[in-house]
Amino acid sequence: MEQVAHGDKDAFSTLYDHLAPLVFGVVSRVVRDRAQSEEVAQEVMLEVWRQAARYRPEVGKVTTWVATIAHRRAVDRVRSAQAAADREHAQAVRDRSRPFDDVVERVETRLESEQVRRCLRGLTELQRQAVTLSYYRGLTYREVAETLRAPLPTIKTRMRDGLIRLRDCMGVTT
Amino acid sequence: MKQHEDVHTLAAAYALNALAADERDAFAAHLGDCEACRLEAAEFEATAARLAAAAAQPPPAAMKERVMSSVDGVRQLPPRLSATTTPVRPRGPLRRQAAAFAIAAAVAAAASFGGLAAWQYQQGERARDQAAQAEERLRDISAVLTADDARTVRGRTTNGATTTIVASRAHDMAVLTASGLPAPASGAVYQLWLDHDGTMLPAGFLHGDGAVLVEGDTSDASAVGLTLEPAGGSEEPTTTPLLLMPMPG
Repeated sequence: MEQVAHGDKDAFSTLYDHLAPLVFGVVSRVVRDRAQSEEVAQEVMLEVWRQAARYRPEVGKVTTWVATIAHRRAVDRVRSAQAAADREHAQAVRDRSRPFDDVVERVETRLESEQVRRCLRGLTELQRQAVTLSYYRGLTYREVAETLRAPLPTIKTRMRDGLIRLRDCMGVTT
Repeated sequence: MKQHEDVHTLAAAYALNALAADERDAFAAHLGDCEACRLEAAEFEATAARLAAAAAQPPPAAMKERVMSSVDGVRQLPPRLSATTTPVRPRGPLRRQAAAFAIAAAVAAAASFGGLAAWQYQQGERARDQAAQAEERLRDISAVLTADDARTVRGRTTNGATTTIVASRAHDMAVLTASGLPAPASGAVYQLWLDHDGTMLPAGFLHGDGAVLVEGDTSDASAVGLTLEPAGGSEEPTTTPLLLMPMPG
């Protein structure tokens, strides 16, 4: 990372090989459209290059830093598209609300990591849906509440419980 | 207490990017003041990163070529120096109380904006722009609070907060500070207004306790108002004012 921060393109090439699958994977999950996902993932990788000197190891791992940038960019892309068509968006939320069981299932079966799959299975139904619908589908917690027809405070709490359980199950440290 | 619990539950939604933009910004600002929240949000972000890693899939081969060839045209940012704020020193003969107030308010503003900048600088371009804007606002706020011609009026909102307006004609700006302001109900925001001959014009938002620059033309306004409005604000006040105080003369 330090070499990348000094403008070393070879180091960046190596870093790209490590990180691009994560970036492209999470962006595709949220954005879904392949061409747009590629565009966003590309922007994220260039952002990593641009901001390399601002990465601070004491705050967290490189993967966390990059995943945070990637997920936020993906969500921003989805939401700005939504804002452009509010009515369509409302319709989309309704459409997405029907097959949410499939969504969760599909997301899980396609997950690469056995550990993450196992830990997700350790959550309650509502915790798992709250976490996966927001993270993998880019929904706000309001949209999640609407989708699951659950009260807002319940969703907020389930998101937090769910993340705490995942964090402990995966032994996450910063 | 209640508010603290609410804020804590938001760390998860924040890490999952499940907050609407205004809530996200408000929570990010809160992180600057809350060590425990910062730690929790960092752990949740690391947890979310594992969800991202689990979703990894091979990118199209052509993407690497495009990224590598674009890199030459992208200037790298220098490392950010640690957040520092220039100490604010009042110039000229300010009345003692006004001077003490100005310094206290400027320090409070510096602390909250400084904290915000310090925390957010890992969060990408958006945060960088926000920090720059925050610094600019802080400079303006300091300029008003330490202006030789600063005039002060104090007031109280109907929901119990104490407020102060400091205005400077020389700078053509006014600063409003609030303390003890209850958190607005979900979906509501505090909006400021400037009274121009009986017409209330939007003058920005108040996100809680602290100091904000009143937006708009303050020199010709006769009063400052505060109302609760639906998130995103309104064109004109839609609720009974919580506060209407004359501009300092």
